[in-house]
Formats: sequence, structure tokens, C-alpha cells
Amino acid sequence: MDILDIFLSASFWAATIRIACPLIFATLGELICERAGVLNLGIEGIMTAGAMAGWMWVYQGGDLIGGIVFAAFIGALFGLLHAQFTVILGVSQHVTGIGITMLASSLSYFVFNMLLPNTTTPPKVVPFQTIDAGPLANLPFVGEVFFQHTFFTYLAFALVPMVIYILYKTPLGLALRTAGENPSSLESQGISVFVIRTIAVMFGSSLMAVGGAYLTISAFDAFYFGMINGRGWICIALVIFASWQPGKALLGALLFAGLDAMQVRMQLQLGTFIPYQVFLMLPYLLSIAAMVIVARKAKYPKALLQPFRRGERN
Amino acid sequence: MQFEAREHTPVAFLLIVPLVAVLCSMLLASLLIIWAGQSPLQGFALIFKGAFGSSFAITETLAKTTPLIFTGLAAAVAFKAKFWNIGGEGQLYCGALAVTWLGTGIVDLPPILMIPFLILVGMIAGATILMLPVFLKNQLKVDEVVTTLLLNFIILLFVGYCLEGPLKDPMSMGWPQAAPIIDSGIFPTLIERSRLHLGLIFALLAAVIIWAIFRFTLWGFEIRAQGLNATASHHAGINSNWTIFKVALLSGGLAGLAGVSEVAGLKGYLTLDISPGYGYTGIAVAMLANLHPIGVVFSALFLASIFVGADFMGRSIGVPNFIADIMVASSVLCILIGLLLCKYRIRFNSSRLKQVIS
Repeated sequence: MDILDIFLSASFWAATIRIACPLIFATLGELICERAGVLNLGIEGIMTAGAMAGWMWVYQGGDLIGGIVFAAFIGALFGLLHAQFTVILGVSQHVTGIGITMLASSLSYFVFNMLLPNTTTPPKVVPFQTIDAGPLANLPFVGEVFFQHTFFTYLAFALVPMVIYILYKTPLGLALRTAGENPSSLESQGISVFVIRTIAVMFGSSLMAVGGAYLTISAFDAFYFGMINGRGWICIALVIFASWQPGKALLGALLFAGLDAMQVRMQLQLGTFIPYQVFLMLPYLLSIAAMVIVARKAKYPKALLQPFRRGERN
Repeated sequence: MQFEAREHTPVAFLLIVPLVAVLCSMLLASLLIIWAGQSPLQGFALIFKGAFGSSFAITETLAKTTPLIFTGLAAAVAFKAKFWNIGGEGQLYCGALAVTWLGTGIVDLPPILMIPFLILVGMIAGATILMLPVFLKNQLKVDEVVTTLLLNFIILLFVGYCLEGPLKDPMSMGWPQAAPIIDSGIFPTLIERSRLHLGLIFALLAAVIIWAIFRFTLWGFEIRAQGLNATASHHAGINSNWTIFKVALLSGGLAGLAGVSEVAGLKGYLTLDISPGYGYTGIAVAMLANLHPIGVVFSALFLASIFVGADFMGRSIGVPNFIADIMVASSVLCILIGLLLCKYRIRFNSSRLKQVIS
């Protein structure tokens, strides 16, 4: 049985973990923005910018960790821009997001072209290497699945408990969630909704950018045009699927990545009967399906999409 | 900082705002041109020359304006009702695909019937594909932003499949392209030896018709009411699901028309690159026009000239032509601020205490 073979192969599970990583970063980023009440449709462009920034940092001679930090910084800058529009001025979050996506991706391509003119094949960097896990890496099956990954991969998984802790166990997390549920009550506590939402959007955007950087300096070793390829939009669907909970977001990202990894392997086996485009469509179809499953009982943060203006009744 | 609602918006504002937004985006572009080691003045002169410098340039710019008017109208109609159709790109390809399917020999009519037939087919195709997000939104409360966005990718893959499989032109020497549209279905060119075609006239007509619908019909009123205040319009007895359904028909149809016009008008056959993102740029077109159908014509012309001009500048002095997209994106963001200023007056209070005391 072919599908059983796939499930029994360690490489499938290892690939699932790798594919999930950029989705984990970006989904958590989007989740943080939305929990604070801001829909960030800039995600697709911010991921592109992060992918370019992180890669370029390394290509220019910086170290890999610096690449992550730089990508996060660029992401936070776009987040700040997004927040200026959606939080401080309170204009349409939809249009701002689309605008940021267009701006961030075209700026990334422009900068890439400026710094590396006349390149036909995308230049490569030395990406993150697998961490030497000693004897653990040699364990049958388990070794390949869990102990042959890069630092960046482990960072993605370590981020989940961190985000859960911040969101649910710290005053900042409480303020953030309140900003997305009932901003007036937050204001009445003397905490500025503007500040909290701005922090949330900046932090969330930096995670999106780091997710983009994962692609260029860990999963692959080059930046090329259109490489995000809708991953950002998929993450927005994943946030809804996870009903705005970080734990479920991890689960969703893994589930999704597993199906994606399976899709590639099925393609090898069934490629002669079924056109390859069908397999490539699956991630997008699955995202739509995932939203349909949860849509009816989706618990949107109550103040999502609602700009907060001091002294106005909501 | 406080926002004070304006009771009246000066008419001059509505005209000045897009201009200021464009100026701001030019400022950003100047910085980038300076970075590229060129003079911004020369850069903008080249953009202008590239877009309007010769009769050939003008026809090219107008040919590029055509699909942008259609996708701009598609976005304007949908956004007016706060229906976030970001799937213009996919609907465009659906229209193009349908026209390729029925226009390459299966149906053969005299031109006077064939062209309207193809237009109808493309509109139906564009509208039909939008029915899925509408159904999901109205029946299951699935957010239309994500579904329309994701459908773009699905449709593009489907078109790719069709061009390599069932619709592939056997005469294409291995290129993934479809057979040409039969002669009776091709839009006649407006000017000899140019790529400017009848589609432009249809686009202008569409803009006028949409304007008339908004201005004079009950339906247009319902669309506007839905967008301004969905709750109030619901209480006034407007069926919001039904309104959104009709808005989607119109919006998807217009985006599909863009595909028809590119295939049957500009190119003559379908390839996977007939649209360099016209569907997405349509959103910018609509925003720059403040969702006004007649304004869409002008903002489409403006953005088309930026694209054509930036290509020319790129070839002349080597500034990457992504600068066009940057200008489009930044003017969208600037116009958002401008429109806010039309609605609100911003007060910077030195001390709120003073206000409380008095």
C-alpha cells in the first residue's frame, strides 16, 4: 500500500516538520496581530521582505543569526507602518494590508535587483546546517525525524510555548487580548490601546518576516521571485482554522505541512495519472476547506477590524 | 490627537487628495531613483516620455489602460459594498479561459455576434467563479478575503494545466499556449499598426454604465447603503445576501471582461502571462479613484502610464521597473490617509485638560 509506505518513511515526517516551520512563524505572527484586533493582510509581502532581508544579510557576509534578527527588524518596520495606518489613523485594514503587501514585495524585488543587477541564476548562500545531536541523530527513525534539523527549525517549535506564555500568562498578553476583545475597557484601565496594538502588529510582523527568512536561509539557500507563493494567505486561513489559539495553530501548521509533504510524494507515485497542477492546488484547496470546517463556530476576536478612536462609542 | 468628523467635505479635497497621494509616491520613487544613481527629474521625464512621448507610446499606454479599467471597476463595485473581492486576477483568467474554450473554433458566428458572445461568455465565467466565495460567505460565514485570494492561485494552476493539456495549441512548438481566437472573435484595432483595440471603448462604456447604475438605480443605492452601514441597510429592508450576490455577479463579470479583452483584443491567444497582476493592480486603481467609476478611468490611465513609462525608464537608465509597483503601492497607502482627512479633521490638542475645564 503506497500511502502506508509514505507514513512509515522517516523522511516524510522530517519534511513535515521542515515545511511547517515558516507556517508556524507566520501563523503565530498573524495570530498575535488579530488577537490585538488588527487583521494584517500585509503578511504575504512582509514574508517576502523577510525572505529577502534575511538572505541578503547572509549574502553580504553577515552571520545566520544576524540574518534572522535583520529579517525580524525589517518585518517590525513594516509592522510599524501598518500600525500607523490601521491603529493610529484607523483606516481600512483590508486596503492597508493589500497596500503593504504590494509595497513590501515590490520594494524587496527592487532592492534585490539594485544590489544584484544582471544576475540570471539566483546566487546562493550557505544556509543553516543541521545541529549535531550526537548519538540521538543515529537513532533509527526517531533520529531522522526529530534530531536532524537546523537551529532555525527548533526555534520555530520553541516559539509556540513562548507565545502561549506571553499571551496567557503575562500582563502584556492580557492587555493584548483585551485590545482585540474590548479596547474601551483596556483604555479605562489606563493602558493605551494604540500602544498595545502597535506593539502587537510590530511583533507579529517581525515573526512573519522571520518565517519568510526561514525559506531563504534554512529550507533553501537562495531568494527568487514569487517564492512566498501564497504562503501568507494560507497562514491567514490557518489562524481561522486554529480559532486564534497558538496551540491549535501549531497543530494546524503541522497538519497542513503533513498534507503538503504527502502531496509531493503522491505526485511521484501518481504523477503519470494525475496532472501535477492538481497536487500543487491541494494546499490552497485545503486552506479553503479548513476555513469552511470551522467558519460557523469561528470565534473572531470581537474588536477585529474595528479601529479604536478615543472618546468614540463603539 | 483627536478626530473630529467633518460635516461637509470640500469638493476641492476630493480632487486634491489623489494628486497629493501621487506626489508623495513620486517623492518615495525619487529617493529610489537617486539610490540608483540617476536624477529623479530625468527619471520622471523618461517615465513621461515612455508613456506619452510618441503616438506609439500613447497607444501602448491606452492598451494597458484597458484591462486596468475593467479590474479597477471590478474592485470598485465590490469595495463599494464592502465585499472584499481580492480575486480579480483569478476571475480575469477565468474569463480568458472561457473565451479560449469557446472562441477558438467551437462556436463560429459573424463578428457582429461573435464579439458580444465572447464578452458574455467571459463575464459569465468571471462571475461564476466568484459565486463560490459568495456562497461560502453568505451561507457559512467564511471570510471572502482569503477565499478569493486563494482561488487566484488555484485558477492560475488550472489555466497552466489547460495550456499544457486540453487547450494546448498543437501548432505552438511546445510553448504552453492556447490556439488563437478565430478571426471573427478578434476585437478590431482602433488605430492601424498599433495594439490599441476595441476593448478600450468597451471599458469606457462599462465605466459609464457602472456610474449610471450607482447614480440612478435602486440597485446602486442598495450597494452604496450596504457599504456605508450594513446594519442600517438591513433594517431598511435591504437583503444583504442578495445585494452581495448581485455585486459579486457584476464585479466578477467585469474582471472576467478584462480577461476577454486581453485574449481577444490584445494578444489573440491565451498564455499564462496575459496578466502581470492586473487583478491586484485593479484594487489600487479603484482606491486611487475613491471607488468612483468615472474616476477609475483616469486612475487606470495614470497607473498604466506609470507601468509603461517605468519600463521605458528601466530600459534607458537601468532603474529596476519594480519602481512602478512601488509607486502604485505607496500611492494606495497615501490615498488612505487623504480619504481619512476628507472625512475627519485631526486636532492635535496641547492639553486635553484645558478642554475638560472649559
